[in-house]
Amino acid sequence: MSGNDRLGRRAAPYLLTMPGMLWLVAFFLAPLVLMVTLSTQTGNLLDGFRQTWHFGIYPQVIWQYQHQFLRSFEYGGAATIIALVVSYPLAYWIAFHGGRRKTTLLFLLILPFFVSFVIRTLAWQFILADDGIVLGALKRWHLLPSGYHALATSTAVISGLAYNFLPFMALPLYVSLERIDRSVVEAAGDLYASGRDVFLRVILPLSLPGVFAGGLLTFVPATGDYVNADVLGGTRNNMVGNAIQREYLEFFHYPAGAAMSTILMVLLLVGIFAYARALGTRSIQEYV
Amino acid sequence: MKDPEPLDVSKLDSIRIDPALWRGLTQRRFSRRDLLKYTGYGAGSAGLAAFLAACGVSGTATKHTTPPVSAVEAFWKKQHKTGTLNFANWPDYIDKDDNGNSPTLLKFTQQTGIKVSYHEVIADNEVFLPKVLPALQAGQDTGYDLMVITNGDPLDELLKPGYLIPLDHSYLKTFEQYANPKIKNPPYDPGNQYTVAWQSGLTGIGWNSKKIKRPITTFFDLFDPAFKGKVGFFENLQDYPNAILVAMGLNPQTSTQDEWKKAADMVLEQFNKGQFRHFYNNNYIDALENGDIWITQAWSGDIQIAQLSVADGGDGYPEMRFVIPKEGGLIWTDNMCIPQHAQHPVDAIMMMDFVYQPQVAAEMTDYIQYISPVPAAQQILQGSDPAVANNHEVFPTTDDLAHWFPYKVFKDNAETEAWKTIFGAVTNQ
Repeated sequence: MSGNDRLGRRAAPYLLTMPGMLWLVAFFLAPLVLMVTLSTQTGNLLDGFRQTWHFGIYPQVIWQYQHQFLRSFEYGGAATIIALVVSYPLAYWIAFHGGRRKTTLLFLLILPFFVSFVIRTLAWQFILADDGIVLGALKRWHLLPSGYHALATSTAVISGLAYNFLPFMALPLYVSLERIDRSVVEAAGDLYASGRDVFLRVILPLSLPGVFAGGLLTFVPATGDYVNADVLGGTRNNMVGNAIQREYLEFFHYPAGAAMSTILMVLLLVGIFAYARALGTRSIQEYV
Repeated sequence: MKDPEPLDVSKLDSIRIDPALWRGLTQRRFSRRDLLKYTGYGAGSAGLAAFLAACGVSGTATKHTTPPVSAVEAFWKKQHKTGTLNFANWPDYIDKDDNGNSPTLLKFTQQTGIKVSYHEVIADNEVFLPKVLPALQAGQDTGYDLMVITNGDPLDELLKPGYLIPLDHSYLKTFEQYANPKIKNPPYDPGNQYTVAWQSGLTGIGWNSKKIKRPITTFFDLFDPAFKGKVGFFENLQDYPNAILVAMGLNPQTSTQDEWKKAADMVLEQFNKGQFRHFYNNNYIDALENGDIWITQAWSGDIQIAQLSVADGGDGYPEMRFVIPKEGGLIWTDNMCIPQHAQHPVDAIMMMDFVYQPQVAAEMTDYIQYISPVPAAQQILQGSDPAVANNHEVFPTTDDLAHWFPYKVFKDNAETEAWKTIFGAVTNQ
């Protein structure tokens, strides 16, 4: 009886994690292995692809798509910083001064999510069109030169990314700010900290877990995104996502697409580890 | 007036294109199309999963042979009309009344008793095929009995692995009688063994006459420095490379790799000057209407719909113009075909035949304004809508056809890859 109990207790964690593990193995690990395997195959769609351990594909795609890789990280990073700068005050205000309207305000924050991501981006394409409702009017009033355009620029793509992933930044920030014990803030005041000091030495450090999580949640999808570059960008704003999409679905160069996906993933992982070390989990544990 | 001489596909070499050079065609409603494209990313990976089964990606080009006549007969003998038809087509590619019903489909139901479930699901070959290929590879029904697929690469994706049901021509009497002899027996499907044409269309230049105050005549008007940053170009590797080769005075089919390089360099030079606004897929028409671009590579039917007033089912931009550059244009055909394991093949083949009735073809052409495979439709439209009947882009003459070229057909995979490498490098920056 008691032996059984002990066995059950020992097996329990494994049993409990089983569904999740199975899920991860089936839908994360297996596709990942397949993708990496595929990247070293050679061939074409009609004759099929054969495993030849052709690792040369890696330097080849890195060389061929170096600009897209760099651009992705540049755009993803810029979008993350913009999203942070914009959503920190927003999340702060909701958390500290939202009062009874907090729920409403949070709902408003995620409201755009009820519309498809693609539709929202396309809407910006219309709003910012050269002769559209905004630029068209400004041009008619001679506030902008007639040749001015907002679309087809890197600014447009970065803004689109920041806009689309803003809630991913704002919500974790809100959560971490909301969790800050108000008495700690008051205590700082009692100890004669100025408003600036309270923020820099108490609130900001305590909200770092939110910054960390929000940064990850924004940076990773923004770097891999291809919709914003396609819809809002021009000829020189393609990100690595666009290149991967074309390699897979247009050129049927599955190995090249797989290799690029693998490289992007590895680069992101390395980036995340560096980031975690800098702003990392240990400091988060200390603060929480 | 000249005799109607719609497209002479048989004379124009072959129209078969290699894998991987896909393009979208008629769809003008960007939102649906783009939505499908982006969700198609997921669909594509589903397809991939099927391709990847067993850890190597097996090829698809193994089973394509001419089926023995007896086998075809035996297959069709076993089939019966069921009264149901699942038809997959492109958006805005059939006539519609104010209630959104298609008179053509209603008439078909009246004549045959077959109820049509009409799905406007093909916003792009490149997006649609990954959704049906996994089922076909697994030997399963795709859910569609009839599909409309563009000649060249997309159709080859179905033809080469043997994913289409060979047609029984005893069902295709109307087709035999009324189809333009020049569209019958196309090089990409000799003897119409697997397909019959739905409509054809052209790739030329679309421009906004409010922004550009001079006539556009040549392909190289796209490179006019006055339009810097206001020029649209196709991203797909059929329309832009073939068009520039034609513009250089070459027949894409007989062009050499050195000429491809020269062509790609010409485009690259313009790219480096910042001539192009964007390499478009299908949303170029919205960019043109929004003033983002003034001039662009374009498909004939798109511009005609843009010109029409909203009341007439168009977009209401009468200032839009379409021109086939004097150096020549490109012509392509969308084809009806029945996928393997279709549940209602007899109903499907009856539809294939039905749309070749001149009256039906005329009504449809009047609405969608692409090139009809039924020349007799022109006489009918002379009475009801002479503007369409006399439009060369709907009913081209022999002269027109003399300088319209089909897409380059590749003889082997090496040629394909060379083409992709040379031309893909320009748009993939």
